[in-house]
Amino acid sequence: MEHLFTISGATLIIHLPAELDHHSSEKIMLEADRIISSRNIRRVLFDFEKTVFMDSSGIGMIIGRYKMMRFMGGDVLAIRVNEQIKKVLTLSGIYKVIDIYEGIPQQV
Amino acid sequence: MQQNEMKLEFDSRSCNEGFARVAVAAFMTQLNPTLEEVADVKTAVSEAVTNAIIHGYEGKIDKVTVSCRIEDAALYVEVQDRGRGIPDVKLAMQPMYTTKAECDRAGMGFSFMEAFMDSLEVESAPGKGTRVKMSKRILREPDQFPGYLTRGIPAEQKQTADSEASGEKLSVCGILQEQNKIER
Repeated sequence: MEHLFTISGATLIIHLPAELDHHSSEKIMLEADRIISSRNIRRVLFDFEKTVFMDSSGIGMIIGRYKMMRFMGGDVLAIRVNEQIKKVLTLSGIYKVIDIYEGIPQQV
Repeated sequence: MQQNEMKLEFDSRSCNEGFARVAVAAFMTQLNPTLEEVADVKTAVSEAVTNAIIHGYEGKIDKVTVSCRIEDAALYVEVQDRGRGIPDVKLAMQPMYTTKAECDRAGMGFSFMEAFMDSLEVESAPGKGTRVKMSKRILREPDQFPGYLTRGIPAEQKQTADSEASGEKLSVCGILQEQNKIER
């Protein structure tokens, strides 16, 4: 589980698994929230590099972390998103509130 | 395409969500779907099974049934639970509506099923469980997609078959076949 999370300064990078569904997102949520509440995190970066599948549970997980970061004055980014994931992100409207990058942005 | 059926029954544990969608994806390959169609069906099945597990049974362990049928070049999927049921199906199907906001549910399950499949029907009653019926057309009409007619014929024979067709038809046929090859 630990290898899914990297902390770099005030940024928490979450390396998402191949399949992001209710089963896997629940565990990620618990661990992410533990890290966010115990450290000074100002940005959450979801790395979809390995992810080939995502459903609405993944969307719920991202929206939850987005609300949390907004409340704390931080932000949420998504990187390395493939076509299937892009379709799901677009359909959910989450595209409008989080920034999506091809690779890790410079300032991180 | 011949009619074909399968039925799965499994425990309402979240680790079975992946198993259910992969099994349906494997079953539908005989329709020769595109990767995008497989991804769509997997997402829809995942939504329905997740609903059965977290809303139908609410963490209780019981059985979820997934039945699939291939008929007339379309895939029919039914996901059934014997859980608590939905008091107001119309309300539950509203986008962003969720009864479990505290668990970070997006309330998009039914919207996704609707978007990724061609049809969606939900039958439910409190205490009686829920049955979600979905369908998606996979094979194109032969006249819309002539590539399907010649699939399986060896290359030289295919060429003869193609050249026998009229000029205009040949070009359309060729383009579609090329597209078809690229898509797969």
